[in-house]
Amino acid sequence: MGDFSGIIAKRRRQDFIFNVVGVVCTLVGIVTLGALLVDLLMDGLGRLDRAFLTSFPSRFAARAGIYSSWVGTLLIMLVTACTAVPLGVAAGVYLEEYARKNWLTSLIEINIANLAGVPSIIYGLMALGLLVYQFRLGQSILTGGLTLAFLILPIVIVATREALRTIPQGIREAALALGSTKWQVVRHHLLPYSIGGTLTGIIIALSRAIGETAPLITIGALTFIAFLPPPPLQAQPPFVSAGWLWSPFSVLPIQMFNWVSRPDPEFVVNAAGAGLILIIVTLSLNAVAIFIRYRVRKRIKW
Amino acid sequence: MRTELEKGSGTTGVTGKGGAAAPAHAAAPAGEVKADVRGLSFFYGRHQALKGIDLAFEANRVTAIIGPSGCGKSTLLRCFNRIHDLYPDTRYEGRILLQPSGVDIVAPETDPVEMRMRIGMVFQKPNAFPKSIYENVAFGPRINGFPGSLNDIVEQSLRAAALWDEVKDRLHEGALGLSGGQQQRLCIARALAVDPEVLLMDEPASALDPIATQKIEELVYELKENYTIVIVTHNMQQAARVSDRTAFFMLGKLVEVDETRTIFMNPKEKLTEDYITGRFG
Repeated sequence: MGDFSGIIAKRRRQDFIFNVVGVVCTLVGIVTLGALLVDLLMDGLGRLDRAFLTSFPSRFAARAGIYSSWVGTLLIMLVTACTAVPLGVAAGVYLEEYARKNWLTSLIEINIANLAGVPSIIYGLMALGLLVYQFRLGQSILTGGLTLAFLILPIVIVATREALRTIPQGIREAALALGSTKWQVVRHHLLPYSIGGTLTGIIIALSRAIGETAPLITIGALTFIAFLPPPPLQAQPPFVSAGWLWSPFSVLPIQMFNWVSRPDPEFVVNAAGAGLILIIVTLSLNAVAIFIRYRVRKRIKW
Repeated sequence: MRTELEKGSGTTGVTGKGGAAAPAHAAAPAGEVKADVRGLSFFYGRHQALKGIDLAFEANRVTAIIGPSGCGKSTLLRCFNRIHDLYPDTRYEGRILLQPSGVDIVAPETDPVEMRMRIGMVFQKPNAFPKSIYENVAFGPRINGFPGSLNDIVEQSLRAAALWDEVKDRLHEGALGLSGGQQQRLCIARALAVDPEVLLMDEPASALDPIATQKIEELVYELKENYTIVIVTHNMQQAARVSDRTAFFMLGKLVEVDETRTIFMNPKEKLTEDYITGRFG
């Protein structure tokens, strides 16, 4: 029997040191985020009122608001979601359930993963060349929405596939053994059972897209816009109008960018107000995602 | 035809648990060949899992397939409803003729979807859909365009699977809330709801406790009145209890097939005897 106490004390000390290091590392992230939020709140909270939300940008900081930019953000997100969700889910289902596994599909898979890492401004350049100049869609809400849709398409595809992969193979076999076609399996089983994971991925993707600035500036989004796009609903037939798709636009992060780059410090306060709105929307989106994931996990346990 | 069959099934009930559903398909007389496996070989890539199997399955009887792990018993079962088609690099050779029509199940030109509608399968692990009990059973009839009342077919199938009394008050609750044994009987009800000509069971009780196992075995005994049943099992006592005929497989080959009594009391092959007496496997 030797004397272990020295060795043990040394090992305990190492344990303790790592504990401290770990706590510090964790705090760096959390405290920074917290400080950011508090700073934003202190600067921007006073600026948040009804007028701020319903005023157009102005030369005078006190009169300026984010009306056109939050409407712009909303419409852009609408276009993005309506395009990226069906395309991404369909591609994900195809790759996971239909495509034969061979070198071609592996190549496609690797590239989709790579696409998710391409800097967003590259998407802006692509959209400028393809959508604005080639297809002549203009510097419009349609172009902006499609650009962000391309940007998040890989995320949606990957999320769909991950969600499908959690469904046990036995479910597919059971459904097929009853005489289902592949499509019936997808439609009645795989999509409903994977919807939690897919939706979570979609929301995370949208909350990434909502803060994107660079690609939208690249395609020519406006920084100062004092009118709204034509409304999608109208009183006379055919009641819906697609005119807003072709309208020029601004979005919240661009509005912020514009305001912080002005010398007048009051505009910086405006930027903080807009930032607060943006971060509230993003955090709410994430909260919805977490809620859905929680609900689905409780409902379906494999 | 229907009334005649119902009368027939009314007299079944070994355990007396409700009349089994009368199948709409024409039941062949017992002892006639229902499915005829001829020279069947099966390949996973270059690995040959089944080697020239010749085996006839008789109508309205239970055939047990026994053998050590990896002998090809599940592989054979999965040929019947073409589940192998889902996976790349699989190949069938030979024929499985479904009588009386004589359609070759594994022929490339045969539609696997049609075969799966006509041949039911119960899997090793209960794999109920995460839907309501009702929806689990109604799914097959619904996608196959069942013309009659779904409520009736659901009740009939659940009765036939001896589950009705336990779930009739909570048909619209989630199936995953049932116990393992109940889930497995639900899977049987689900398979019966599409009125299969042959019912395949792949070690249906291996994941269950002894009491649930006993229920499944009683059920198999009742169901053979109306269905041709093929059951793969690891458990020789189970084969002896539930089956009329037993086929012994080893290394992808059929070693011996005969009446269950003969296989267990007086096997012709030395290999069979060694296996059932527990000398290997």
